[in-house]
Amino acid sequence: MVEQNLLLLLVLTPFVSAALAATLPIGARNAEAWLAGLTMIVALAILIVLYPAVTEGRSITGTFHWVSSIGLDLTFRIDGFSWLFTVLVVGIGFLVILYARYYMAPEDPVPRLYSCLLAFSGAMSGVLLSGNIIMLVVFWELTSLISFLLIGYWFHRQDARDGARMSLIVTASGGLGLMVAMILIGQIAGSYDLDTVLKAGPQITSHRLYPAILLLFLFGAFTKSAQFPFHFWLPNAMAAPTPVSSYLHSATMVKAGVFLLLRFHPALGGTDAWFQLVTGIGLATLLLGAVVALFRHDLKGLLAYSTISHLGLITALAGIGTRFALIAAVFHIVNHAVFKASLFMAAGIIDHETGTRDMRRLSGLARAMPVTAALAIIASGAMAGVPLLNGFLSKEMFFEATYLWNNGSPLDNLAPYVAVLAGAFSAAYSLRFIVTVFFGPPATDLPQQPHEPPLLMRLPVAVLVAICLAIGMSPQQVLAPWLQTASQAVVGPDLPDFSLKIWHGVTPALVMSLIAMSLGALIYLLPRRLIDSGEDGTRLMRRLDFGRGFDWLLQLFSIRLPRLALRVLSANGLQAQLRAIVLLGLAGAWFALGTLDWVVPMPSVSSRELVFALLWLVGGTCALGAAWQAKYHRFAALVLMGGAGLVTCATFVWLSAPDLAVTQLLVEIATTALLLLGLRWLPKRSEEIAGDNTFAARSRRFRDLLIALACGSGMTALALAVLLTQPGASVGDWFLRNAYVEGGGTNVVNVILVDFRAFDTFGEITVLAVVGLTVYALLRRFRPAPESVERPRPQLDAEEQALEAYLFVPAVLMQWMFAPIIALSAYLFFRGHDLPGGGFAAGVTLAIGLLLQYVAANVRWVEARLTVLPVRWMAFGLTIAASVGAGAWIFGYPFLSAHAQYLDIPVIGKVPFSTAMLFDFGVFSLVLGAIVLMLIAIAHQSLRVAPRPRATDEPEETA
Amino acid sequence: MELILALAIGVLCGSGVWLILRPRSYQVIVGLCLLAYGVNLFIFAMGRLYIGAAPIMPKGGFVDPTAYADPLPQSLVLTAIVISFATTALFLVVMIAARGVAGTDHVDGRERRP
Repeated sequence: MVEQNLLLLLVLTPFVSAALAATLPIGARNAEAWLAGLTMIVALAILIVLYPAVTEGRSITGTFHWVSSIGLDLTFRIDGFSWLFTVLVVGIGFLVILYARYYMAPEDPVPRLYSCLLAFSGAMSGVLLSGNIIMLVVFWELTSLISFLLIGYWFHRQDARDGARMSLIVTASGGLGLMVAMILIGQIAGSYDLDTVLKAGPQITSHRLYPAILLLFLFGAFTKSAQFPFHFWLPNAMAAPTPVSSYLHSATMVKAGVFLLLRFHPALGGTDAWFQLVTGIGLATLLLGAVVALFRHDLKGLLAYSTISHLGLITALAGIGTRFALIAAVFHIVNHAVFKASLFMAAGIIDHETGTRDMRRLSGLARAMPVTAALAIIASGAMAGVPLLNGFLSKEMFFEATYLWNNGSPLDNLAPYVAVLAGAFSAAYSLRFIVTVFFGPPATDLPQQPHEPPLLMRLPVAVLVAICLAIGMSPQQVLAPWLQTASQAVVGPDLPDFSLKIWHGVTPALVMSLIAMSLGALIYLLPRRLIDSGEDGTRLMRRLDFGRGFDWLLQLFSIRLPRLALRVLSANGLQAQLRAIVLLGLAGAWFALGTLDWVVPMPSVSSRELVFALLWLVGGTCALGAAWQAKYHRFAALVLMGGAGLVTCATFVWLSAPDLAVTQLLVEIATTALLLLGLRWLPKRSEEIAGDNTFAARSRRFRDLLIALACGSGMTALALAVLLTQPGASVGDWFLRNAYVEGGGTNVVNVILVDFRAFDTFGEITVLAVVGLTVYALLRRFRPAPESVERPRPQLDAEEQALEAYLFVPAVLMQWMFAPIIALSAYLFFRGHDLPGGGFAAGVTLAIGLLLQYVAANVRWVEARLTVLPVRWMAFGLTIAASVGAGAWIFGYPFLSAHAQYLDIPVIGKVPFSTAMLFDFGVFSLVLGAIVLMLIAIAHQSLRVAPRPRATDEPEETA
Repeated sequence: MELILALAIGVLCGSGVWLILRPRSYQVIVGLCLLAYGVNLFIFAMGRLYIGAAPIMPKGGFVDPTAYADPLPQSLVLTAIVISFATTALFLVVMIAARGVAGTDHVDGRERRP
């Protein structure tokens, strides 16, 4: 059980740290780095503890029940393969975090970066460790989402926004395809459990839906791993900060696709379709990436295409699918992650210290930064596959795999040649990287004088390069046991005979390697001038730039088709749309209810109800008056609307709903205040509107009047029919019986809200919070219309002195009222569980108390004396409510289970206490925060100055 | 009582519907408020309506639920009141912002073309 919990911790810790990291101050670079680094160390420690349990093909599975009824459990499973991969994620994550500490400029907001990096490592671990294939897709999409956030980290840059959007659309739609594939697989295998699915291979491959599943599955894997023709997003993702490129877009996230290919090979692989598709695409990507990389001038561009090429290599190995090839794939995943991460970091250092990544400008850096140069040269050697480095070993295994396997298909016969050619190009671009950047005359026109970076920034590169060398020189000692463990998890316990040795004698693979390398040197060195000075990329490459095709598709689906649909389908304006909705509602009600038997007894009005009738005579008149006056006399309409609201409130009192009455009354006050604040910003309405008295306008109004009449009389009929039917047993009876016994409160309405149906309330206060924040956000950049900016006429006309004495006595009274209102609010809150009141009412009351202070004095006066932090109140309320709910988990109850008892407090006596009351406090706090936030946001508008004329307006971004 | 309440609901809903079909944003907001009153009363009326029998229980012991008003519609309406307040606030702010941007208080952001 300890191991299962450790497994859960492994996935959850990064997320918790991410939440913590997001709350740190904006410039806390050291604190962020420590937090993130320690998180990675904890994860690494957990992995070390777990290692003995995953050797020799064993695995650990921890299941946490969630929605078992639909086969959805939180299952985590670790075996040798996912263990090795998670070590990569965590280990490189640690180095990247150290590197990012020095890479990021002091003015960059680091909490966002670190919290995303941490969340990414959690999501990636989730992908690797999910034992449930649906959960796997969820984590998979999560990595796409976080990758989007990280690519768009510098969101003021257009290329970052575009790259982020492109990568999200490509990888997330791949994820959707994957989701469908997983659901189909789960249906065929009869379970979403990974172990079951992996055992159901023959069942799946013989199913008639297998081709569709395979295509969808590969769509997901190929988009993620940037395989041709979906490779175009990866170079565009290079707009991300270099630590991100190094971590997500070379070492880990893009490997998720090939991870999936290897993981699901037992379930989906081994067929001819698999071989042709996966190997074919892999080889195509391998060659294309290598060729294009040679012609890129941007350092990160070169590395991006090289990454695409290497991912193609691993994909091809997964497609070949022999046990030897699969082991080579696992091996190359590790090797590529190590050397490519270090190369990206080195490129980042070069960019950081010289100010450019353009290889046409960089030259002779070996003199200025000898250590970095040495490290980068070794890593490029590994990328090219030079002997004594790790890249050589796995590349040789790849050559051998292409050479060995023979099913006689044309693709298979072609494979060795493609492999050698791609190897040659890979040697060529590695050579180009070394020669242009580090050798030759020192560059003269660099934006900055190059020099060595801080030691700790270089350290991660050095560590990775040391690993390259260690694996390259003594693979048997360094990596063999781990590789064996990982391979056993992929291909089964009996491994084929493979030995990690540098020298196997003169084998075909060695010959292929040598040919590739010498050919590579020729490819680069002969037309060197041409490549170095040529355009960025070749004509062929620009033809193959699928990015433009993607843009065209995006245009089509996000702009042209919607516009067409809008032209064809949309109604002209909001009025027509609302009218259509109302008419549809009417028609729906007619069809649903018209067939019923409408036999109801005649209603009787007794003389005792005279008061009630008089009340509604007033109320109805108010409502009609409001409808009549809302156009020209807004203030009168507001007053009349308030009248209708008060009568509604009286009705609630009359008909035994004290809670509703209290809330309605308070909300009425808040609404009126809100609308009063808003009235100022509306244009003056003159009674002569052109075309308002034409026949067309009159007939429009007549038509709307008919609709309104139909709605009103329909509602009356419906209400009457229900009211005159004898009430039967109601669900409410259960609540009445059990409110006290189970909820510990006597006010049933409140108990329903905070206990029985607390989840609904939780959702509702979340809506309130969202609305509050939306209001705030909408008004933050608001510019009032020019003619509303002037102070209102009455204020202008009054003398300055008269203004000071304006409403003097009421103002003093309102200020005195503050303390009693706070007391009232507390009173309403504490009696809520047993008597009318509760969190809603208390929150609105206190908000009104605060509002009165704003009315009594002016905004500046109040804010000099009171610190009102509505957003924090909201956050606090939501957190309290959620944590009270989650607290029930600790005791093994479902979310939001409440506990109630009476506490015996000295002097005061017995007091009802329930965890539901804490929840209610969360409701209180949130309601208070949201209402105050809205009211203050509107009240603050009067502090605005006139908008500047449009011509001198600053651009939106800097405003 | 039933007739009066039903008529009240009808008047509130009718006025509300009339107003939400009007072209000026302020009319739509007032209309939504009136419609909210009407609909809240309607939901409330779906339960048992008693006078002087609020759903507040004595402490402990068996109770006869039919002697009290139905608490369920009440709690539904309670949340509805708060949510309708929130939507009113949201629409008001959208109205203010739209008026600032478009220069008119027409719901479509531009005056009707003659």
